Amino acid sequence: MLYREAGDFKTSYVADSQTFPIKFDRIRYYIVVAIAFGVVPFLINDYWANAVFVPFLIYAIAAIGLNILTGYCGQVSLGTGGFMAVGAYACYKLMTAMPDVPFVIHVALAGFITAGVGVLFGLPSLRIKGFYLAVATLAAQFFLVWLFNKVPWFYNYSASGQITAPERMMFGIAVTGAGTPAWAKYLFCLIILFALAWLARNLTRGSVGRRWMAIRDMDIAAEIIGVNPLTAKLSAFAVSSFYIGIAGALFFSVYLGAVEVGEAFGIQKSFLVLFMIIIGGLGSIFGSFAGAAFLVLLPVLLKNILVGQFGWATDLAAHIELMIVGGLIIFFLIVEPHGLNQLWRVAKEKLRLWPFPH
Amino acid sequence: MNAQIPLSSYTMTADGRKIGAVLMEMKNITLRFGGVKAITDISFDIREGEIRSIIGPNGAGKSSMLNVISGFYVPQEGEVWFRGARRPQMKPYEVARQGIARTFQNIALFDGMSVLDNIMTGRLTLMKTGLLAQSFWWGSAEREETAHREKVEKIIDFLEIQAIRKTPVGRLPYGLKKRVELARALAAEPKLLLLDEPMAGMNVEEKEDMCRFILDVNDEFGTTIALIEHDMGVVMDLSDRVVVMDYGKKIGDGTPDEVRNNQAVIDAYLGVSHE
Repeated sequence: MLYREAGDFKTSYVADSQTFPIKFDRIRYYIVVAIAFGVVPFLINDYWANAVFVPFLIYAIAAIGLNILTGYCGQVSLGTGGFMAVGAYACYKLMTAMPDVPFVIHVALAGFITAGVGVLFGLPSLRIKGFYLAVATLAAQFFLVWLFNKVPWFYNYSASGQITAPERMMFGIAVTGAGTPAWAKYLFCLIILFALAWLARNLTRGSVGRRWMAIRDMDIAAEIIGVNPLTAKLSAFAVSSFYIGIAGALFFSVYLGAVEVGEAFGIQKSFLVLFMIIIGGLGSIFGSFAGAAFLVLLPVLLKNILVGQFGWATDLAAHIELMIVGGLIIFFLIVEPHGLNQLWRVAKEKLRLWPFPH
Repeated sequence: MNAQIPLSSYTMTADGRKIGAVLMEMKNITLRFGGVKAITDISFDIREGEIRSIIGPNGAGKSSMLNVISGFYVPQEGEVWFRGARRPQMKPYEVARQGIARTFQNIALFDGMSVLDNIMTGRLTLMKTGLLAQSFWWGSAEREETAHREKVEKIIDFLEIQAIRKTPVGRLPYGLKKRVELARALAAEPKLLLLDEPMAGMNVEEKEDMCRFILDVNDEFGTTIALIEHDMGVVMDLSDRVVVMDYGKKIGDGTPDEVRNNQAVIDAYLGVSHE
């Protein structure tokens, strides 16, 4: 009833090309944003922040980043973990080298440094594509993890080989370190995610995004139409790595507080983020959110049900949980290979016509 | 032979269109793939405002010729002259920026994007906004987007595809895809439009529509068109001049009537009717 285009006339091209052309969608979006900013921070506690919200927000940033590269520009990358490590270590080095600079600037700079590294490892994409590029980025993954393990300068010669985030304040409130309140962690990540998602949406709807998608859909035709493949691919690598670097910086400093590179940013992290965008939907910002939510929430949910409700042993529940998550991923990919975003779109199209089938 | 045409002279065709100076000239083009000669020593010119056809049997090198013009293949010998200057070796995207747009024999649309986005990609050569302005969607980015959208809407009206504006191109039938591809090429406001078999696989009505669009494009925008086509009726009706190729060599060049009566062309391609 509410979900209708009828009567909602667009009288300018600006209105026609807005992100949420249907009024109901717009209202829903404002409500979600209002709840995220105005309600959740007051209710959140340490468990919810650490188990659900903060990892979801950070993985959503990483998923948007990888989606820009893989979903929009069609360049498969298995180096996400490595690039997150670059962000984390850049953030750590900046935090310890320049303690007086505001923490947000460290995070942003970590993003730019990762962007540079991403461009470097993106250079092979000019020559190779598909599986071969995936292998090239896999090399980046292993090389970067090895580098941060082997060169003590990166972890400031600490005995454990770990990096630990020192306490940093924003407006007099701790955002990193042991004493950080749950709502501060949440809000800090939320603001960054909100800004980055908005930027990503702007990039993907304009000429930059069209360049990327043209390369993705048919690179030869794109070049003949006037897309310079060099700048298109490398800009996708830069922007994508910027996002992933910021996600890595937040993952280390705000979420975990202390990391060991092989454990936190190993190959399984690359696969996790890749699964997020495949399950969520390639080439969609909403899909990045949906995929991150799915893979962060599902294990928590299953654990609560299996251990909390059924009283199973935790180790048994952990194994069953892995099997169920794996099974569900396969199930989802068979039912809807284009991901949650496609399910969502089909549902919206049906809803638009409801109660009529056509 | 081109020296005979003074640069600023116009000749009128029978239907009153202006044919101007030489826009593009191919001089002694030879293209080899390893030991295979795809094109052997071919020269011809395309004049401003005309519809120029390239015909010939399969494998004659017509598409290769188009690929040389659009910069996708680099000939081993010969020169390409465009707008009075010799064209240095260029990447395809640089050629596109010079004002040469094309369609493809096997439709090469961007399947993941809507019709509107596909046509907007055609205007990428004309769009200037950088990454930063774009990411904040500041004034210039939005203004540019709207200005180009207006131009694109004119083309959408012109080709009568308003109803499918927001449809993903993957869902469209073949004939419409061909039309969208033409729209995408037109969106670049090209000086020279290359059409590679625009009518292949179409039924009679679709062919008639396509012919009408090609003539309208030529007439209203004054766009110079070079096309490859196998439907002889279409070629002879549309073209001002025709190049005939066979086995990579040029065997005929001239007006449709001249070509039709050329014995070499009849032998190689047209054939004779048997009563």
